[in-house]
Amino acid sequence: MKRLETSRINEFFDVIAAQQRLYMPLENNGSVNFGVYSQGDKYDPSALHTVKSAKDVFFPQCEAMASFVTEGKKFSVTPVAPTDENFVVFGVRACDVRGFELLDKVFLTDPVDNYYAARRSHGTIVSLVCNNPEETCFCSTFGIDAAAPAGDVIGVWTEDYLYLEAATQKGEELLALTGSLLTDGGDEEVLRRKEQTREIIKKLPLASLTTEGWGAGTLDEKFNRPEWDELSSACIACGTCTFVCPTCQCYDVRDYKAGDKVSRYRCWDSCMYSDFTMMAHGTNRPTQKQRFRQRFMHKLVYFPDNNDGEFSCVGCGRCVAKCPISMNIVKVIKAMGGKNNE
Amino acid sequence: MQEIEKTLRSRCAELIETGVCDRVLAWDGGEFFYDNTPAVFASAEAARNIRYDCFCGANLSKYLIEKATEGKTCVLLKPCDTYSFNQLLTEHRINRDNIYVIGVGCDGMVDIDKVRAKGIKGITNVQESGEELVISTVYGEQRCAKADCLLEKCVSCKGKKHFAYDELIPEQDGQESEKNGRFDMVERLEAMSPQERFAFWQEELSKCIRCNACRNACPACSCRKCIFDNPASGVAAKANSDTFEEKMFHIIRAFHVAGRCTDCGECSRVCPQNIPLHLLNRKFIKEINQFYGEYQAGEEPDQRGPLVNFTTDDADPTAVSDKEG
Repeated sequence: MKRLETSRINEFFDVIAAQQRLYMPLENNGSVNFGVYSQGDKYDPSALHTVKSAKDVFFPQCEAMASFVTEGKKFSVTPVAPTDENFVVFGVRACDVRGFELLDKVFLTDPVDNYYAARRSHGTIVSLVCNNPEETCFCSTFGIDAAAPAGDVIGVWTEDYLYLEAATQKGEELLALTGSLLTDGGDEEVLRRKEQTREIIKKLPLASLTTEGWGAGTLDEKFNRPEWDELSSACIACGTCTFVCPTCQCYDVRDYKAGDKVSRYRCWDSCMYSDFTMMAHGTNRPTQKQRFRQRFMHKLVYFPDNNDGEFSCVGCGRCVAKCPISMNIVKVIKAMGGKNNE
Repeated sequence: MQEIEKTLRSRCAELIETGVCDRVLAWDGGEFFYDNTPAVFASAEAARNIRYDCFCGANLSKYLIEKATEGKTCVLLKPCDTYSFNQLLTEHRINRDNIYVIGVGCDGMVDIDKVRAKGIKGITNVQESGEELVISTVYGEQRCAKADCLLEKCVSCKGKKHFAYDELIPEQDGQESEKNGRFDMVERLEAMSPQERFAFWQEELSKCIRCNACRNACPACSCRKCIFDNPASGVAAKANSDTFEEKMFHIIRAFHVAGRCTDCGECSRVCPQNIPLHLLNRKFIKEINQFYGEYQAGEEPDQRGPLVNFTTDDADPTAVSDKEG
């Protein structure tokens, strides 16, 4: 176990940033999102959740894939190569790290997504134990321990020190890079903090939420339930829940034409949108009820069906906090979940 | 507010029981005492669960386009919501005959993000106690002044008077607000240099994630198919690929609702990134007031707004291009 005086946190960041690109939660006009650190930027340890999850770092909202250029009768195609630069992402919470693992199941199985795979192999994750979980948190429902996040380096923030422990080879390398700033630290304070977090998690209003009744094999029972009508009734069909979600992985590929050049890019898509998966037949999901149902069935039924029962929700609570009309996955789980949730 | 809620519940149940209305469009409770959801209550029994407290910020008027197509739908409208309602009538998006309006009294709605910004986390209950909010959290009880936590739209409240209703609860209506300071921030922006103003909007709009919550919540944005959702339009975009696109979407939207925007404030309320989008609309409202005289969209149904009503006294277009700021 190593530790760093929190008053020297920017020195720590500067050492990393001198070598690699460093992502961390940064505030911009009242909203905290993952962004690229530049010297002097402040890290606020009290910020639990960024508005958008950390998935941007590995799976950006928008990325270029190729360009097509015509010059006279010549036509050239230039693909955008996957990244070959190492980077670090600091301050990821346990829920978001699990989110990466779920995205891996989608993007790292055959056919492998080269862009995502490159970023995953070049990225080092510094996760942080949660100090002040919020009422919208329900990671424990999905077996996630906010006090024991996965990652390459696991951090615990206390008033005076940031305790750091490497969990992988990449993590060891990062601690070696910043070694001159670190001293050896005992684990007494760390264990106390972790215990404190676990105690708070038990007291949260959603602590007793279970996934009973949901999961692999429940499609037939859930698909035509009458509750979908009422639940989807107030949905305004925006994409907030899908865009703040750490596990939503759908994207669209589009071409942008400007003069003789066409840029092909991909960007996040949302199953809440009317043209999601629209094809020539034009009858994808014509009603908002169907689109709404798709999102929750994907997370709570289809994904478990295809991934050994694992749910594709990590209980980060962003959709709970951000939905403009306060309809969310918790309400859906409860409305059609088992007795324990009543 | 608790007294109003009690009266609303029994009155709405009665309206369904006696067959006056087929359903009630109101607010339903949530998980944490602050996350009320717009909902349709289709039975008297269900209507006894209607929630009305300081977390009913959502403007229900736009839902009427879809929810009030047959039979009679009762809707609960706060004073500011009635402007949107009238505007939707003006634009023939809803049919007055299908709707029964209960104008509900309001003394300001709370923005839970402002409560959180005070460092109050782990909220398990929120109660109003006079001018204060009493907030129970897993970290202990906290109190804060309600006035410090109002939604942006309530900070510059247009008043407590309803501009459309069939009945009022409570029976006594309030007054319009004379001075609400809603153009203060617009004036500060106008006083900036063009570079500063550009930087302000660049910074704010760079936060946009193109979730479309502002558009979808906006009662003035009621096109059946938005051009930005039409893959054949050439401008459909699900993400901002550059800083131009970030601005284009919001500026075009502001132009599109100019003269029709009632300043209901839903755009800023729903923005997950807290972009002060209402300032774009308020700039238009301020300009319209200046060039055509005071005008409030939605004050009465069937108004002809200054931008769709040519008169020979209209301001010369050069008045706009010659104007600075």
